[in-house]
Amino acid sequence: MKKSTEAAHSDLDNKTIMLIESIAKQVRANIDGGKLPDIKLPVRSLDNVTYDKAKGYFELGDARKVRTLTVTTARAFAQTLRLMATSRTMVDHNDFATKREVYYISKNWGDCRFDEQAESDAIMDDIEAMASMHGLSREQLRFYPESHGGSVAGRLTVVDRNPATGEPIEIDCANLGSGAYSIPRSVEHLTFRTDARFILAIETGGMFQRLNNHRFWETARCIIVEMGGVPTRATRRFVRLLSDRQNLPVYCFVDCDPYGFTNIYRTLKVGSGNAAHINRFLCVPRARFLGVTPQDIVDFGLEDATHKLAATDIKRAQDALQNDPFIMAHPEWIAAIKQMLQMGVRAEQQALAKWGLNYVIDDYLPRKLANVNSFLP
Amino acid sequence: MHLVSDRHSPPATALEMAGRQREISVSEFFLKNRHLLGFDTPAKALVTAVKEAVDNALDACEEAGILPDISVQVSDRYGKSRVIVEDNGPGIVESQIARIFGKLLYGSKFHKLSQSRGQQGMGISAAGMYGQLTIGKPLHIISRIKGDKLASEMYVSIDTAKNQPDIHKKKRLKWDRPHGTRVEMEMEGHYQKGAHSIEVYLKQTAIANPHLAIIYKDPHGEELRFARTTRKLPPRPVEIKPHPYGIELGRLIQMLSNSKSRTLLRFLEDEFSRVGKKTALNIIELARQHSDRKLSNRSHPKHIAHAQATALHKAIQKTRILAPRTDCIVPIGEKQLLDGLHKELEADFFTVTTRPAAAYRGNPFQVEVAIAYGRPGGAGVEVDESGHMRKKEAQETRASEHLIAQKDEPVRLLRFANRVPLLYQQASCAITKAVIQTNWRGYGLHQPKGALPIAPMAVLVHVASVWVPYTSESKEAIEPYPEILREIKLGLQECARKLAHYLHHEQQLHQEYDRRTYIEKYLPHIGVALQDILALSNNERDSTLKKLDDVLHESRTMQRPEP
Repeated sequence: MKKSTEAAHSDLDNKTIMLIESIAKQVRANIDGGKLPDIKLPVRSLDNVTYDKAKGYFELGDARKVRTLTVTTARAFAQTLRLMATSRTMVDHNDFATKREVYYISKNWGDCRFDEQAESDAIMDDIEAMASMHGLSREQLRFYPESHGGSVAGRLTVVDRNPATGEPIEIDCANLGSGAYSIPRSVEHLTFRTDARFILAIETGGMFQRLNNHRFWETARCIIVEMGGVPTRATRRFVRLLSDRQNLPVYCFVDCDPYGFTNIYRTLKVGSGNAAHINRFLCVPRARFLGVTPQDIVDFGLEDATHKLAATDIKRAQDALQNDPFIMAHPEWIAAIKQMLQMGVRAEQQALAKWGLNYVIDDYLPRKLANVNSFLP
Repeated sequence: MHLVSDRHSPPATALEMAGRQREISVSEFFLKNRHLLGFDTPAKALVTAVKEAVDNALDACEEAGILPDISVQVSDRYGKSRVIVEDNGPGIVESQIARIFGKLLYGSKFHKLSQSRGQQGMGISAAGMYGQLTIGKPLHIISRIKGDKLASEMYVSIDTAKNQPDIHKKKRLKWDRPHGTRVEMEMEGHYQKGAHSIEVYLKQTAIANPHLAIIYKDPHGEELRFARTTRKLPPRPVEIKPHPYGIELGRLIQMLSNSKSRTLLRFLEDEFSRVGKKTALNIIELARQHSDRKLSNRSHPKHIAHAQATALHKAIQKTRILAPRTDCIVPIGEKQLLDGLHKELEADFFTVTTRPAAAYRGNPFQVEVAIAYGRPGGAGVEVDESGHMRKKEAQETRASEHLIAQKDEPVRLLRFANRVPLLYQQASCAITKAVIQTNWRGYGLHQPKGALPIAPMAVLVHVASVWVPYTSESKEAIEPYPEILREIKLGLQECARKLAHYLHHEQQLHQEYDRRTYIEKYLPHIGVALQDILALSNNERDSTLKKLDDVLHESRTMQRPEP
């Protein structure tokens, strides 16, 4: 609890503290005014989630739930306040906690301890949703994700700072040899220098390694990011910040299957429905789908390197056509998914190895990048 | 070879049989059938003896308009018990003492329709007879009439063959009481505690007779006092004639032939209650339509034939007649019953109801029902004026002698007939049957099929009547006539409704209390959080918490249902 760190509060930190204090003050004012206190929280259910085509991401609607101190809410009410107090303390001390750690912090809260992590996660999501309404992300509340971010390589210098001294540290992502820069859990404080033209977000670790190993980013003048399946929050926030601050387009290189389209790509671009309250910070609206598309299977002669669509693939594809507001808002995606269903096959990004291990570097990517406008939205 | 064994008695002739036949004296009959009078076991005999003596004392006091002061003393040694019951009643005329105590079926109560504890005039003499049989000692009686200088002392036994008193000793002596009677008897007995104890009998008597004061010295020398809560004697019941409804044909014929009236019209007016000239004329007119028309107002009662009596009997049932007079029966009264219950047992909830008078077989009767629910400390919740709640504190209870059942036991029945507690034969009693036949589940209680409900509860039922239909001469249970069952059930239902209301409210309080405690568990945490976030001082935190506590209880007081 150093004065220096308190003095060093960023504007965002001050905003966080003010938000938490204003809620606590409201609760206290209610009580002193002889009323039962309440806390207003955004409703996080899917009914209250909308897809804004203009903004390009899922967002929470206006529905609010009021947590008044009653029998059914007494426990959650106390837990919410205690977790906000914890958050405030962490901001003061410039510390953080993972979801799992929050669950364990509560163990000395006596009667209002969390019995399962699902409980603490839900309360945390509530507070987060409320903070998001004021432009604050979860990281501002100092609740950090458990999983680390993906890897980054290419024409990029990341400016971080020494957590102890605050001194700047520069990381040159073109100078990491066969390794890569690992995105930290919180990226808000990072700044960037780059002369890259675009960011290439890659689904699999294998493909990332291939492109990094052959220094694809050097010739293509880009930054490559390994998503490792569905991108983590840190990865999404990193790509978003980088893209925003450096005004870079984001191209996604993903498997040609419903999971790749609707889970990996869609999550990166517009976010997920069950975390709608934080999508505004995490999603990357300017992301475009480079491939692999169903048409690529035809164009690049990959038919004999495909697999038949499994029942779950078909179900997921049909569900996307009928229920996913993002897919439904884009005719190009509807057409692509219908084409895949009609072909009855899926293809992995590694299928290109059929034509030689470096076919992807020498032929596929250059050919695709030559026609950026043909990327799926 | 003889087919008939010679050990067989030879067949008797009618003549021989006639020679063996002779009259059975009432005393001998009851000596052989002493269970009919309640003297079947030494334990029961002792309670019954006390009961008979106390009943007699109470009846005597009330009839003479004296507030009863009764002392009961029981000693018990190796199965030999001594009972002394002393009252401040009017005393007994010396010439009657021997007959009252030394002769079965002697008294004034049998022949009139009037509410009293005693009915047949057997009780105390039967106790004496039992003592005489088991120990061999006569009854010892001292009695003094107001104004007499001396009291009469007498030792009386029964000549059972003749059902006549046998006076052993008789003298006049000085007695410190101005008036009253003292009976002392010795018998084979066994003193016991519990539901069938003298103590429970006296306690129940005290409940039903709030004008009574008793001092009881038990065999261990401990003294128990039951104080009176009212100095008002119950009103004297008026003696009545039978009500025509429900009178049986045989009894009607008997009344006709015994009547001193010279016309049928007079007969109906004179011998029945609630029959005036107009009603009598209606009955006779209707009877004439049903018979051979020979019946008229002027018919002589003694000359009415069987067929005509049958028509008359039918006509009576079909004619509208006023309900029986009720001044002949004296209920305990709702206030007195409540007072009595409050005085003798602790409960969380009391309710009482008095049914209007009804009649069975022409005998008016009236039913009173009371319920006492919840042993103190049975986890009740109290609310103070500010809306704060707390659990009621548990109190020490005398488990074995408490008249309210434990919460997992069948309810206790306190059965009364003409203010006398009924301790035995619970299963065959109309009161028990009525309680079992009532659907207590409808009122929120647990009740196994065909059994008493399970609850921390005592159900008191009092049946008052000019003639209570006991199932036996020992007056331990009431015959379940449909009319009586119906009245008891209606009374039970009325009390049960009020109980259900109370239980509902009580349950709401409990739920509210549980909710409140649940919320209160989290209040300190809200305090800690507010303190952390707003950097409050301990005082600021505590005053906010205090305020929150008040807010919670105020909101509860507002939502609270009216009790």
